[in-house]
Amino acid sequence: MKDDITTRWLLRIYTAVIFIFIFAPILASFVFSFNSDRFPTIPLGSFTWHWYVTAFSDSDVWSAAEVSILVALSSALLATAIGFSAAYTDHRYDFFGKKAFLVLALLPPTIPLVIFALATLGWLSIFGASGKVVSIIIAHTVLCVPFAMAVIRLRLNQMDPNLEPAAWNLGATEWMAMKSVVVPFTLPSIVAALCLTAAVSFDEFAVAWFVSGLNKTVPVIILEILTGNIDPQINAIGSVVFVVSISLVVIAQVLVMGRIKKPETV
Amino acid sequence: MSEHRSDNSAYALAWRLPMILWQGLFFIGPLIFMIAMSFFLVKNYRMEPALQVGNWTKTLSRGFFWDSYFLTLWLAGLAVIITTCVAFPASCFLAFRVSDLARRWAIFFLIIPFFTSYLVRIFAWQVILAQQGVINAGFSLFGIGPYTMLNTKFGTMIGYLTLCLPLAVILQTFSLANIDKRLVEAAHNLGCGRLRTIFTVVVPLAKTGLIVAAVFCFILSFGDFVAPYYLGGSKPPTLSIMIIDTSKSGQQWPRAAVVAIMMIVTMLVVALTAIGYAYRKRR
Repeated sequence: MKDDITTRWLLRIYTAVIFIFIFAPILASFVFSFNSDRFPTIPLGSFTWHWYVTAFSDSDVWSAAEVSILVALSSALLATAIGFSAAYTDHRYDFFGKKAFLVLALLPPTIPLVIFALATLGWLSIFGASGKVVSIIIAHTVLCVPFAMAVIRLRLNQMDPNLEPAAWNLGATEWMAMKSVVVPFTLPSIVAALCLTAAVSFDEFAVAWFVSGLNKTVPVIILEILTGNIDPQINAIGSVVFVVSISLVVIAQVLVMGRIKKPETV
Repeated sequence: MSEHRSDNSAYALAWRLPMILWQGLFFIGPLIFMIAMSFFLVKNYRMEPALQVGNWTKTLSRGFFWDSYFLTLWLAGLAVIITTCVAFPASCFLAFRVSDLARRWAIFFLIIPFFTSYLVRIFAWQVILAQQGVINAGFSLFGIGPYTMLNTKFGTMIGYLTLCLPLAVILQTFSLANIDKRLVEAAHNLGCGRLRTIFTVVVPLAKTGLIVAAVFCFILSFGDFVAPYYLGGSKPPTLSIMIIDTSKSGQQWPRAAVVAIMMIVTMLVVALTAIGYAYRKRR
């Protein structure tokens, strides 16, 4: 499609505006976190560390950070392990009910978080497990498995299907082949899945809010401050949260994309 | 050679069962329990197992519920239309006018917000859109405004766009980039104007992907409570806000479950209808 210069520039500017819209809140949050005004506007006030100092001298924020990190690490490990097994099963086996297997694996992100939160709250309360840190870990693992599975499945797609049989022919058992062929080959995607699922868990607030009880995570603290009033502390906490999750997502993407560009056969 | 053996060895089951057990126990289990819960009784703020339809009849006979239901449906529908239209020109640009490398970078950046705190982004919008916020301060330089943007439908839509736009652009770009460019060239060579080419050639070819993107927008905005609450003012509440209000105050989990089931049924109907339409063979 050929087109004139005006159209091309209009489209370019339009796309730039879309990107600005998407990244404006993230950038604004960083800028406001160093801004002295309680109600930021333009022109900006003076530079200050005040909101960071306030936020980080709050012991609630620190205990929430501990819970968040514990939950993110545990659910990332669990979800990546389960996601790996599901991706490997999908890659290698055909069996009765495989379609249902895949639906079960990929369905959770399509259920609104509030609904899943309510259902989990009810379900865990029968076992007397609601309001505990472990209930957040359980629920976050459910939400993270599909992402872990998708990332690892992409990598398995690039694996030469003869690689495993070759190892068996050379005398390796299935478990040995898994350990010395499949796992090393998928390692970048396993690390990517760990990062991505940790980011998902670290940012999730609805389910954590419903099931956490007194063990609040960082997003739950943000939610509670947000319900109260406009408080620039959120920008300070939020900027730290952004840095953590953006780093995790970027690491994951670099690991996934770097390998897609130059496929290798180990 | 892909070794698709349907064996049930210990090795095969060891990889198959973890996901089935975990998601069965902690995903399907809770959802089925929620259906049962919708028939339970609440006495003295405690839930008791029962089989009675009171929660259903009480919830569904209230005008309040149906107002909220149609409001949520309307807001989500509006979000789908706006997101689809806003995303489309940018997706066309990314799909047709840039190099593969630039497209990969664009997708790279679009994935980032999807995995970063939605809550903090909404708070940033709250500050930006406020009566004395950045936007109104900008307007006042030109001597216009201030406009009330918070606690309006406009605010809700900004929130929904924040939630849906990155994903919509990604999905639309993929589906547009996959269509056969020669068909577009052919239409152009045959004298078809640019806009007409887009609506009679490009859109029908990319139909499936465009509809899938729209379905995701619908599901995301139909279930979201943050945008309508913190940017839209929550008066009247949407269904997800109703679930929170009902379950958090007074422990009325069974009635919240009724609302949740109505939501799931609605989303299933919308999604299946749309997907069925998307995959229907062209005449």
